[in-house]
Amino acid sequence: MTEAAVALHRQLGLTDEEHERIVAVLGRDPSLAELAMYSVMWSEHCSYKSSKVHLGGLPTDGPLVLQGPGENAGVVDVGDGLAAVFKIESHNHPSFVEPFQGAATGVGGIIRDILAMGARPLATLNSLRFGDLAEPPQRRLLDGVVAGIGHYGNCVGVATVGGEVAFDPCYTGNPLVNALTVGVAPADRLLRGRAERPGDLAVLLGARTGRDGIGGASVLASAGFAEGETAKRPNVQVGDPFQEKLLIEACLELVEAGLLAGLQDLGAAGISCATSEVAARAGMGMEVDLDAVPLREPSMEAWEVLISESQERMLALVDPERLDAVVAVCDRWGVAASVIGRMVPAGDEGGRLTVRFRGELVAEVPCQSLADEGPVYRRPLVAPAPPRAGAEVPLDADPEAAVLALAADPTCASKRWVYEQYDRYVGRGTVAGPGSDAAVVRLPGSRRALALATDGNGRYTRLDPVAGAALAVAEAARNVACSGARPVATTNCLNFASPERPEVMGDFAAAVAGLGQACRALGVPVTGGNVSFYNESDGRPVHPTPVVGVLGLLDDAAKAVPSGFPRAGLDVWLLGETRADFGGSAWQRLASGRLEGRPPGLDLDAEAALQRLLVELAAAGLLACAHDCSDGGLAVALVEAVLAAGVGATVAMAPVAGPNGLPPLAALVSETPSRVLAATEPDAGPALGAAARAAQVPLRRLGASGGDALVVPGLLDLPLARLRDAYEGALPRALGEPVPAS
Amino acid sequence: MRFGVVTFPGSCDDRDARAAVEHVGGDAVALWHGDERLPPLDALIIPGGFSYGDYLRCGAIARFSPVMAAVRRFAAAGGPVLGICNGFQVLCEAGLLPGALLRNAGLRFVCRPVRLLVGSTATPWTRACDPGDELVIPVKHGEGRYVHPDPAGLAGEGQVVFSYAPGDNPNGSLAGIAGVRNPAGNVVGLMPHPEHAVDPLLGPTGGRALFDSVMAAAVGVTP
Repeated sequence: MTEAAVALHRQLGLTDEEHERIVAVLGRDPSLAELAMYSVMWSEHCSYKSSKVHLGGLPTDGPLVLQGPGENAGVVDVGDGLAAVFKIESHNHPSFVEPFQGAATGVGGIIRDILAMGARPLATLNSLRFGDLAEPPQRRLLDGVVAGIGHYGNCVGVATVGGEVAFDPCYTGNPLVNALTVGVAPADRLLRGRAERPGDLAVLLGARTGRDGIGGASVLASAGFAEGETAKRPNVQVGDPFQEKLLIEACLELVEAGLLAGLQDLGAAGISCATSEVAARAGMGMEVDLDAVPLREPSMEAWEVLISESQERMLALVDPERLDAVVAVCDRWGVAASVIGRMVPAGDEGGRLTVRFRGELVAEVPCQSLADEGPVYRRPLVAPAPPRAGAEVPLDADPEAAVLALAADPTCASKRWVYEQYDRYVGRGTVAGPGSDAAVVRLPGSRRALALATDGNGRYTRLDPVAGAALAVAEAARNVACSGARPVATTNCLNFASPERPEVMGDFAAAVAGLGQACRALGVPVTGGNVSFYNESDGRPVHPTPVVGVLGLLDDAAKAVPSGFPRAGLDVWLLGETRADFGGSAWQRLASGRLEGRPPGLDLDAEAALQRLLVELAAAGLLACAHDCSDGGLAVALVEAVLAAGVGATVAMAPVAGPNGLPPLAALVSETPSRVLAATEPDAGPALGAAARAAQVPLRRLGASGGDALVVPGLLDLPLARLRDAYEGALPRALGEPVPAS
Repeated sequence: MRFGVVTFPGSCDDRDARAAVEHVGGDAVALWHGDERLPPLDALIIPGGFSYGDYLRCGAIARFSPVMAAVRRFAAAGGPVLGICNGFQVLCEAGLLPGALLRNAGLRFVCRPVRLLVGSTATPWTRACDPGDELVIPVKHGEGRYVHPDPAGLAGEGQVVFSYAPGDNPNGSLAGIAGVRNPAGNVVGLMPHPEHAVDPLLGPTGGRALFDSVMAAAVGVTP
């Protein structure tokens, strides 16, 4: 092996051992094009080489799961002959390097994953993490990321309906930008990213291939950041949502006309990934003619064409007899369609990917070796230290000041500044949008609706990765159940620092174990997801942050339960028991600035019982409001419930403090999970009580809705206008912008 | 009643406009940007979205599309035409409506329900309203700041069809103008999205007034 070759494979992010393995697979030194292909396909981002051994333990089967992990996205049977397709993905590093384009192309990429299954993308949620907004660069990141998400989602006509945004100094050098998209398709028309038979043509649809995004998966997504990494900016792709809009409409028309054998998106690793994956899944080989790829820059080399991550491209697999019809549809939408390959039967040693360019054979590799047989690492790991009890928080603060401080904390406060930049109406499906516990999206042509929520608390996971991950599943599923929908499946985006650190791998393994426990206990199998490693900057890792998306089903969209008090005169209740849970809480952060103790204790059986009860109550039409207690505890839940429709409430804390004898402020700020603030018509009390007793869910009446203040007699009396100013004004103030008049 | 709804490449609310038409009891006919002739129609909607990507000025390319010649003929013959958001921008670019739409004063995309006050009712799209009626309809746009050299004159001519209620102007539009009509009254454009405000399950229903008006007008019923 020459010195130059050694330098090259290292430059491409391959280790010496991986290079030797490629030589062993091929029985010779790889060509430049082959080396480039392996570098992206064997990157952490594409191959899951560090996470694979841990992910096998997650539950993936369920009665409604039509497609689990391994395809472009997970698929769930939602009734009426319809299937919901959903998945979450990260675009963290591109968004740090170039916030607007990084976030925009993250949205574009996850939308194409859904499209690849033959589904119309309906709605997107985003889970975002930034550092402290007191730092100007963080404000620019937030501004750029939100504008990028809005720009792309708004222009392609896919509604942005929910998600969450949280702030913590650990994300200063590495923000998290996770996007979840859900789509819908007739269940009998779902596509897979695979060919049907030899002779099928691989047709590249959409944008020309350029030099943008070269090495995005290997160089950008699979390494940490050090100082001065703006040099990686050319690795970030540039989005064209108009092109994507045309691609979506053209592909859906092709799917509806039954013209495609399979469909695959081109994301990370571009043509290398799409061609090798469709061939490997089908157990075939493929002959690829790179000269047929429309290029932006004619001077591009074969290896660049193979690994370019130019956006807005799809690979369709087409029976040759249908090619003319496919081209006609694409012409109508102004979408370029180029035959770049042909499926061939597998030989004795499996399918081979042969690539020709300008009269030369530039690559000939076994498809499986690229797509499925990458290195698998059992990285050394150190189990996380057991969490230590004893997180004392000040509980003698002025209750009014405490509630106002929580309401004005950017993580707890209203995200209106963010979501008003997103089109939440397009598609005529949004029954409940941003600001609700879960987004509720009506299925086209059906009474049914999907509910979706994303959650993930890095502070909890930092203290105890097992518990933190389980709490994320519980919270997302609880949010879905609060809307009245039955949680049925999950997807996750696991954001961690470098897998080459044993303590990070220890956290990762523990978090996956926690995810598995919670998904099993709550009956929500994992249908797919994404692992994002190397989330660190200058050696400073982010909190381990598993973000969980939960999909729920609502039989009647008109029965969706709102998250706030809709009117006066309702009885206000708390479902669930409140304990002294302050570890990792928002109040601990605000009052002490520390992160210590155990995260809130989660009883998965109690959580499951609560969620079943919520679904039952909603179906019976008993709930006028249901709102999850999470960040900021009951205090923030009450603030949000009274501000939603501007209906105040008078509630007592004594029933919350209960036999545990919690101090009143503790009852307001504790973050005990498995609790829901609810409201019912006064005459629904007996039915509610009977249902809660049967479900063995603790139920306490706190008071009633009404008035124009949040009143806890003897503790606080806060006019809605003051609460609104704190809650709605927090983000605009942090960003130095005008506060909307209340 | 047959509503034609134009689809340009990049239209996003075309399917929603058709669904809204069906929701209120009309028949929706999908029209394509390349169509040079229109089928028999009772009304025409230019929907929202980002026609041809709107990478130039919003609506600046769409005005040259083949279907726009047919839209002009339909408008000249007195047919009711409604431009919504991007459709409003297209009609202004095409010279079928006065004024222009610029980048929002806040320089950001804004999506929220707003309160609108009905001005002129001398249009098929507001005939069932009374002047001063308040309608709640969502806006969602980045370039919706209405400008005109003589907004007072426009109002004097009765060409202001919708204004944002005081405090609800989301984009810095001159004189709070949210929608205008042509001198004849049959062509109306507005930035808010009435097609997203007809179904109570999905939020406010202020948009129904526009559809109710045009449908009442078509069958000759005087409200």
